[in-house]
Amino acid sequence: MREYDLIIVGGGPAGLAAAISAKKEGIDNLLILERDHELGGILNQCIHNGFGLHTFKEELTGPEYAYRFIEEAEKLEIPYKLNTMVLDISQEGREKTITAMNREDGLMFLKTKAVVLAMGCRERPRGALNIPGYRPAGIYTAGTAQRLVNMEGYMPGKEVVILGSGDIGLIMARRMTLEGAKVKVVAELLPYSGGLQRNIVQCLNDFDIPLKLSHTVVDIQGKERVTGITLAEVDENRKPIPGTEEFYSCDTLLLSCGLIPENELSGKMGVELSRVTSGPVVNESLETNVEGVFACGNVLHVHDLVDYVSEEAARAGSHAAEYIRNWNSGESNEEEQTIRIQTEGGIRYSVPQIIRTGHMEDTLTVRFRVGAVYRDAYISVYCGEKRILHKKKKKLAPGEMEQVVLKKQDLTAEEGLDKIVMKVEEAS
Amino acid sequence: MTEVKELTCISCPLGCGLTVTLEGKEVVKVEGNTCPKGKAYGEKEVTDPTRIVTSSVRVKGGILPVVSVKTASDIPKGKIAECSRALKAVELQAPVQIGEVVLKNVCNTGVDMIATRNVRAKTS
Amino acid sequence: MYDVVIIGAGVTGSAVARELSRYQLKTVVLEKEEDVCCGTSKANSAIVHAGFDAVPGSMKAKMNVRGNRLIQELSEELDFPYKQNGSLVLCFDEQDLPKLEALKEKGEKNQVPGLRILKGEEVRQMEPNLTEEVKAALYAPTGGIVCPFKLTIAMAENASVNGVEFAFDTQVKTIEKTENGYRIQTEDKVYETRCMVNAAGVYADQWNNLVSSRKLSITPRKGEYYLLDKKAGDFVSHTIFQLPTKMGKGVLITPTVHGNLLVGPTADDIEDKEGVNTTRQGLDKAAAMAKLSAPAVPLSMVITSFAGLRATEKEEDFVLGEAEGAEGFFNAAGIESPGLSSAPAIGEYLAGMIAEKLHAQKKEDFQSRRRDIPCVAESTPEEIQALIAQDPAYGNVICRCETVTEGEILNAIRRPLGARSLDGVKRRTRAGMGRCQAGFCSPRTMEILARELKKDPLELTKAGGDSRLLTGVMKEDL
Repeated sequence: MREYDLIIVGGGPAGLAAAISAKKEGIDNLLILERDHELGGILNQCIHNGFGLHTFKEELTGPEYAYRFIEEAEKLEIPYKLNTMVLDISQEGREKTITAMNREDGLMFLKTKAVVLAMGCRERPRGALNIPGYRPAGIYTAGTAQRLVNMEGYMPGKEVVILGSGDIGLIMARRMTLEGAKVKVVAELLPYSGGLQRNIVQCLNDFDIPLKLSHTVVDIQGKERVTGITLAEVDENRKPIPGTEEFYSCDTLLLSCGLIPENELSGKMGVELSRVTSGPVVNESLETNVEGVFACGNVLHVHDLVDYVSEEAARAGSHAAEYIRNWNSGESNEEEQTIRIQTEGGIRYSVPQIIRTGHMEDTLTVRFRVGAVYRDAYISVYCGEKRILHKKKKKLAPGEMEQVVLKKQDLTAEEGLDKIVMKVEEAS
Repeated sequence: MTEVKELTCISCPLGCGLTVTLEGKEVVKVEGNTCPKGKAYGEKEVTDPTRIVTSSVRVKGGILPVVSVKTASDIPKGKIAECSRALKAVELQAPVQIGEVVLKNVCNTGVDMIATRNVRAKTS
Repeated sequence: MYDVVIIGAGVTGSAVARELSRYQLKTVVLEKEEDVCCGTSKANSAIVHAGFDAVPGSMKAKMNVRGNRLIQELSEELDFPYKQNGSLVLCFDEQDLPKLEALKEKGEKNQVPGLRILKGEEVRQMEPNLTEEVKAALYAPTGGIVCPFKLTIAMAENASVNGVEFAFDTQVKTIEKTENGYRIQTEDKVYETRCMVNAAGVYADQWNNLVSSRKLSITPRKGEYYLLDKKAGDFVSHTIFQLPTKMGKGVLITPTVHGNLLVGPTADDIEDKEGVNTTRQGLDKAAAMAKLSAPAVPLSMVITSFAGLRATEKEEDFVLGEAEGAEGFFNAAGIESPGLSSAPAIGEYLAGMIAEKLHAQKKEDFQSRRRDIPCVAESTPEEIQALIAQDPAYGNVICRCETVTEGEILNAIRRPLGARSLDGVKRRTRAGMGRCQAGFCSPRTMEILARELKKDPLELTKAGGDSRLLTGVMKEDL
């Protein structure tokens, strides 16, 4: 059985950045396991531009952004296995065993000191959305359609209705239009879009594709192939309003209704998952409750920007390297004081959720999402009664991830602090 | 004549809300931007809007049947559809290199279409 | 000239075909869809009923109890997933206890073994997630669960291996009585036969009424279901029924043999014999009813919902045997619940009658056993290594949610009556049956199907007919 210091599960943007940073910190005995036939993950099918403004100060397409990292990983001679599916992660004592499989190696049992989880996310399918109607061909998630068009050159449909205004849905509205399909409407259940504003402008407005907020699909027609769908307006409880039904003839329904971190492997090995993010609960080092298991990218929480994924993943890789160095020098993790980040008042979650001040650097970036749209509101962080952060935001929206930077000195000033509270405060 | 236009900046994913004030055809003020790109975008969008166009073209003999491409720089917004049509006839032979020009001076915009990834030739 | 033409390759037609294939008979199965198991057989509760529910003396009672016994043996012989998990009929009201007793007595008359009435607390000990409102339950240890796809496919495949022909995409147009049998006209062919079997599901009345003096009337009774993620699969371990109340017949909550949780069905009579759409009202009703049994049933974990049609004959019993005034025309009509449980018994019963009528001799070379596609997800490491050694494709995972490999998909396509569509692959291997519902694997499965069947990907379908998956190539309409 091969033994490793670090195994990274997933060779997309998160896995690559984590591997690169660990390797640069001297972890040579590492391995990336990637299920697809090439590195780069979902970026390979995200052929649109808009990636890399933070990381590279230029605007790249998905494949170009991925290529920068793939090139660097190749240059650093980071080993990887493609077409390899991880089936299980288990641990005995501190040591982890990864069960993986591919054509060439067969079934493998790989021992490792540390693991970085970077498996990404999946799209919410029609079934999980509970849309009534027939189950014909022509219902695809936006990402599946994206792969068919961008990677294989096939059209999944000619007359398209899109449910959900997540970024992939918006991007695919433009993409399908440019490839010759007619996108009739994009419907969004919520009163606001889940996608980035810029995508509404350049993917819908540029092509006169209507966006219907507070609308959903209430029926799918067509016994063999989709022949049409019925949209209805929804009330404030997201229930369809009778009498508002409107039929759209179409051969395709694309769904862009949310992404779900793929944590089946993590859950099975006992990693604690957040009910809000569906990703692992992590500390300041992006380490899960299972010692030596780190998480980053969309498996941790769904990001809007790959630049943040790369930054976060590099931190996870670096913390994994630190963990391995401590292991090698015989240091073990001691029980120590931890601070829980409690989110309330409009903030749905934070990542990380836990801070061990002993491991914290001088500052810590905490990312979060809000549950509704706010204008001219404040993000506040409290240690007990004391407000340690109060930051004005012109606009906060659920579709856009936000961040605050906490200072270590603020958290260590008070002895015995066990939680801090983050909330949205509206201007009174 | 003063005209005020509300826009969303698409220069980066921040999506700043811009207020552009025009006197006739002259932009006199851009507000709401957080960076110089926003100002530039605001000015351009009301006078001469442009976009980067991304698409795919067919490849023969590669490990993938298509390769992703983009305009090397932005082209007039009005030419997006024409640009997509121009790519219909393009078919490349693998291998394709990232950055390789796949169509010169697309739709007489003076801008080249370039590949945004590598496509290796099929070995077997 | 055929000895037997069977209309319908659902679970009943396939069971009859398999039993007939024991005899030296020339048999063909005509199926209007592109595969076996495309109608009622594919969308039901996947239950092997113990047999306490049917009216004593009815065909349903006889076939169910016999089928329940046969299916266990058959699951080993033909290698399909079956589990005897036991069932519970919940009673929520002390006043209904006599009804529960009556059900038990009925079951005993039907010779269902091991029936017991359990007290509320015993029931909740067995199933802690059930409501505290449970006053008592009828426990039937012989209740079971089965994979309806694999049951049907196994029987059909075995019939095929033993010489039965299958003609798919073959819609029967007319049936005429001839001097010594029947003439069956399809779109492009005429089948002459001595006997025929009408296993046409919701359409069985139509064929019967062409030739028989006893007219049948079959109404599709729609049942809507939720299928939940495997994470919810151990919510209950028994099949949980409800005692019929004023609220209706009740819905069940059951684990499936594959480890999911199934909730449903509703029961609504409809007109459209192809009306397999789910409805908001139906799904909401199924959810509300299920919560009576288990208030915390985790419906947020639903991965798909679907509807199936029961072929309900007006007399509400199976119509089995030679049709009145139509010699050699054998009905297997009105096969609604417990049709799945009864299928092996119906097959045995009808094949026996037909063989006798035709004085058929048994084959000496009948192959009674069949092996299913290897299932990597359920294999031991040693078994997986052996499979990969035999064919490396068993190391290439295509469906990540259900861990289905390329080897399994190839096997599903290449075997007798192999898969030709995405749904065909799904029913045989479970690729696309998991929580992402084929989002990731469908393009890859399509690639394999196109390669294996030597088809243009544009011709591939979800489930045959006009269910094309792709509409063209990029930019062709520009």
